[in-house]
Amino acid sequence: MRITSILLLLLFSVLARPAAAFDADAVRALVFGDGEQQVAAIAALVADGDARGAQVLEALAEGELKTSGKRILIVQGEKAIDAISGAVLSAPHADAEEIIANNRLRRELAGGIAALKLASADRATRLAAAKELSGGAAEAMLPLVRKALDREDDPGIKGMLEMIAAAMEIKSSDREVRIAAIRRLATSSNRDTKTLLLGVLERKDGAWVEADADLRAEAEKSLRVVEGQLAWGERAGLAFAGVSLGSILLLAALGLAITYGLMGVINMAHGELIMIGAYTTYVVQNLFKLHAPGAFDWYLPCAVPASFIMAAVIGMILERGVIRFLYGRPLETLLATWGISLVLIQAVRTLFGAQNVQVENPAWMSGGVEMLTNVVLPYSRIVIIAFVAVVLACMWLLLTRTRLGLFVRGVTQNRAMASCVGVPTGRVDTLAFGLGCGIAGLAGCALSQIGNVGPDLGQSYIVDSFMVVVLGGVGQLAGTVYAALGLGFANKLLESWSGAVLAKIVVLVFIIIFIQKRPQGLFALKGRSVEN
Amino acid sequence: MGPLATTVTRLYGTRGWVTLGVCAFLLFVLVPLGNLAIPEGSIFHISTYWVTLIGKIMCYAIVALAMDLIWGYCGILSLGHGLFFALGGYAMGMYLMRQIGREGQYKMDMPDFMVFLDWKEFPWQWWNSDQFWWAMLLVVAVPALLAFVFGFFAFRSRIKGVYFSIITQALTYAAMLLFFRNETGFGGNNGFTDFKRILGFAITTAETRVALFAITGAALLGTLLLARYIVISKLGRILAAIRDAESRVMFCGYNTVNYKLFIWTLSAVICGIAGALYVPQVGIINPGEMSPANSIEIAIWVAVGGRGTLVGAIVGAGAVNGAKSFFTQAAPEYWLYVLGLLFIVVTLFMPRGIVGLYGQLREKWSRRAAA
Repeated sequence: MRITSILLLLLFSVLARPAAAFDADAVRALVFGDGEQQVAAIAALVADGDARGAQVLEALAEGELKTSGKRILIVQGEKAIDAISGAVLSAPHADAEEIIANNRLRRELAGGIAALKLASADRATRLAAAKELSGGAAEAMLPLVRKALDREDDPGIKGMLEMIAAAMEIKSSDREVRIAAIRRLATSSNRDTKTLLLGVLERKDGAWVEADADLRAEAEKSLRVVEGQLAWGERAGLAFAGVSLGSILLLAALGLAITYGLMGVINMAHGELIMIGAYTTYVVQNLFKLHAPGAFDWYLPCAVPASFIMAAVIGMILERGVIRFLYGRPLETLLATWGISLVLIQAVRTLFGAQNVQVENPAWMSGGVEMLTNVVLPYSRIVIIAFVAVVLACMWLLLTRTRLGLFVRGVTQNRAMASCVGVPTGRVDTLAFGLGCGIAGLAGCALSQIGNVGPDLGQSYIVDSFMVVVLGGVGQLAGTVYAALGLGFANKLLESWSGAVLAKIVVLVFIIIFIQKRPQGLFALKGRSVEN
Repeated sequence: MGPLATTVTRLYGTRGWVTLGVCAFLLFVLVPLGNLAIPEGSIFHISTYWVTLIGKIMCYAIVALAMDLIWGYCGILSLGHGLFFALGGYAMGMYLMRQIGREGQYKMDMPDFMVFLDWKEFPWQWWNSDQFWWAMLLVVAVPALLAFVFGFFAFRSRIKGVYFSIITQALTYAAMLLFFRNETGFGGNNGFTDFKRILGFAITTAETRVALFAITGAALLGTLLLARYIVISKLGRILAAIRDAESRVMFCGYNTVNYKLFIWTLSAVICGIAGALYVPQVGIINPGEMSPANSIEIAIWVAVGGRGTLVGAIVGAGAVNGAKSFFTQAAPEYWLYVLGLLFIVVTLFMPRGIVGLYGQLREKWSRRAAA
């Protein structure tokens, strides 16, 4: 058994390098030939699979291949190697002229080098090479890809290589090969596959470009399968984007659901408290960078409570200092809090500068899950969705299961009565307002992981979060959740066929119309009073 | 006395009319003379910069009057008045763009931004836009129509208070996003600028500027008198009653929707006119005018001057914008602090604004003296 496998290996290595002679003529053609000859030379060098040929190709791609008279040199810093003989030359070659590769040549080069790298022992290198070739490879690479396919044992790379091979075979002159390739393409959910199959089904001036009817029928069948898979991928991606946007809206609006929804305080500085949360995250990140670079990946767990506390404290100061005097005068509260937001924005500009600051994701949050080939779910978004769920659960528990929550609900329903039975309404107001602002800070911490952090961060969320609360109905957490997720979905759905800006306008207009119909929002508390 | 004389005496007393006369003299005689007749270098010369600046602030004062009509007298805080202002400005801007003719960068019949976007013909919004009368019609009709339709639905479903404010804010925000798009056909991000002439007169000459200035001044005085006329009429009383106790007015048998709708639409039209006067003087209009921040600022002009006083609106617009011009030149980084603190201080400590400050202080002193 062992002997046979060794023999097989030997056979392989012999097959893999058929007459591994270094093709010096090809190198010369590559350097001195015209466009067609250069392309042919690349194909020849790749087909050889010789190490020195590969070196020449890479040098050309890097701009290290130079000519000095008739000699062809690979110049790397001070060192120069004669590309034909392989001799190391010590004398500096200042007069050496670089060979300029045009775009077409660069494309061919990239494909060729990738094909050569398919033979690499390192999985990551092979994966990168396969990805490079997926973008389109010259037909001359086919034997190399086939060879690599036989060797490959990683299922992911193998699948990609099969697709690459099929893409090349579809242009083959052998009919059977083409049909087999078309059938194989049906198992792919790659976007490029679709264009490939569409190419077979192309019409020009009313006539089919492809004369063979059987072939077209096969292509049609494959295309339908591929389109089905792609559609599913797109739908899944859309749903995820909807949930993701909804969760962000929810997080931005949750704090508002307390301050506006429960307490009736219209806080236009809510967006700025989100911004403060984001900047707190930025400061915590910088502290970690400075004092504990080793634990940098764990700065987020510290930033979460920090941003909550920071925003909550500022919120409580605002409540004690300004908003308390304006209870019962909502329009004045609106104007005063708008003033506060202006001061906060300018204060942040003074402290951190008007430019956006850089908040880096920890390593464990970058990257994503690749669901289908056309859908990638970023980890950062997944983490945020989970985070929102946790915050929501905590807030629900706080409001329904704790003494403070009881007080908050009591004050909301009947302030005078709550005060009569001994609830310290003033302190409850401050704490509830602090809680709402703290959640805004959490939202800022989360947003800093997926978007820009700048002084204007809050301004872009304030209209949206008010829309969520207004749509959901005042005084109802459930309404806020449904409204946020609904708006997220609606936005992403519309975005897919009308563009982002138009989608936003349509959603806003829809809300305006909806409010006309149900002025109290989706989930209104039932009451019979004329005024609320 | 005839009916006209009665109206005149009811509008303002002798002192009021004298003040108005002095203002009119300043606007229509002194400033034009100071700018055109007195040579540069003399200390009595009023530079074109000042003429433009005061003209601009007068446009803002007209907007503030419109805001005072609905907020001060009817209790409706609109956070979307910047939208009506901008719509009036855009209607005027379209006409001014057509007046550029072939003097644009590309030397074409179409406005530069359309040439840039490779449009071959005018989109439907630009129909008839080279006619001045059509532009004037749009200045009034577009804000009026939008305000009427929006107000009709909003007031009918009894949306009021903060809800109404937030929805108007969403409206202007949506409009801003719409106007930012190139496809909307109004120049996208950059809006309209580089105007050359209006009604055939070159727009940058001192004479045109002074003429625009005088027209704006006339519009401001006219708006003030119109607003005053409405406020002291029976209609004005009902508006104030709606502000103070809407349910009671309804139970008395008034259909409050009609009253609110009227004053709301009128207010929007006044804003549109102010916008139309603003654009040729400032020389640019872009979607930034529709940003929610701009609309909220209008409210603070009125609050600073004093709500429900009309004169206060003009004073407030002048004071805040004067301070803004000063700070944005002298210390731009502090302007937002000042504006923000203004919002807070006025709402907390000066509920009656500058105009009511004297009365407020006197009450305080007399109370202290009594105690």
